Amino acid sequence: MSAETFDRAPARAAAGVDWTPYLIGVGIGVLSWIVFVVVNAPLGITTSLAQVSGGVASPILGADAVAANSYWAKNPLKLDYGTLFLVGTMIGGLLSAVMAGVWRIEAVPSIWAKRFGPSQTKRFVWAFIGGAIAMYGARLANGCTSGNGISGGLQLALGGWTFLAVMFPVGALTAAIMFRGAK
Amino acid sequence: MFPVTGTASLALALVFGAMFGWLLHRGRVSDYNTIVGQFLFRDFTVIKIMLTAIVVGGVGVFALVQMGYAQFHIKPADMLAVGLGAALFGVGMVIYGYCPGTALAAIGGGSLHALVGAVGMLVGGVAYALSFDWVSKAIIPVGQMGKVQLPQLLGVGAPVIFVALGVVALVVFALIERARA
Repeated sequence: MSAETFDRAPARAAAGVDWTPYLIGVGIGVLSWIVFVVVNAPLGITTSLAQVSGGVASPILGADAVAANSYWAKNPLKLDYGTLFLVGTMIGGLLSAVMAGVWRIEAVPSIWAKRFGPSQTKRFVWAFIGGAIAMYGARLANGCTSGNGISGGLQLALGGWTFLAVMFPVGALTAAIMFRGAK
Repeated sequence: MFPVTGTASLALALVFGAMFGWLLHRGRVSDYNTIVGQFLFRDFTVIKIMLTAIVVGGVGVFALVQMGYAQFHIKPADMLAVGLGAALFGVGMVIYGYCPGTALAAIGGGSLHALVGAVGMLVGGVAYALSFDWVSKAIIPVGQMGKVQLPQLLGVGAPVIFVALGVVALVVFALIERARA
């Protein structure tokens, strides 16, 4: 296996990076209180990510086509709270990893490698396809695990709980099919 | 004083985003193995984090709204769109191995395939925008229930629902921890 194929868990455990999941849940819950009050917004990712996709599409499809699109007209790319939150989330992952000394380039995760082999190309192609499907679904559902699952869930929104009730079993079925027979 | 708007809110976006990304990374959900492990029922980190965040976050947010310090931000329950979207999301998330938020934290932590998948997410966003006219005619109008919350729908107070959710969470956690021991 290449150096980029490994399980992050042993190094993380050795460095003492892992907080108990319950503490993380409390942290995300309390962060939700703070953002609801301070910036009057729930936690969420894909609304802003869709704005970014408009910015990326602009040089390819043409700025006029993007401006004329009915979705991007409502959600134009701008440097706003939501798009900077995306940058912040990446910075948070970077800081946590670097400060714990566990930052490391990973191309193929170990569970994937055991089932599908160490090929980086294969993993990248499927990560791309999976990302595209997940994003399309998140926009159709009007939110992802953050916006629908956590923020919708904690507000007891019907949409959020419907999302969770469909996403989890479909995800489990997908995983069971993908990893059938795998140890 | 609140809500903070304008330039100050942009600085706060980076701070709150970084707190979120930090928590996701410390919680191990920025790892492909953790996400896929949950859907294979080998690792229960995701469910522990989400249930705890929903109950703790919800109790606080409902109290803050009650006291007039916060407002709800409910998305409309367009049932066909949410159902189809959630199903696609479940498939995509397991193939990708990340959800959008954990993917960003994973990119920060050095996961190259998370970065490649994020490009895929941008393409998925483009596909959605290009199909939006059709989606908004054919799918979104089917089964629209409005910006509904479970207390209104069920005719039960939010405190009752949170107590029930809390009990369910504790039972689930106890079963998980016992099975692991």
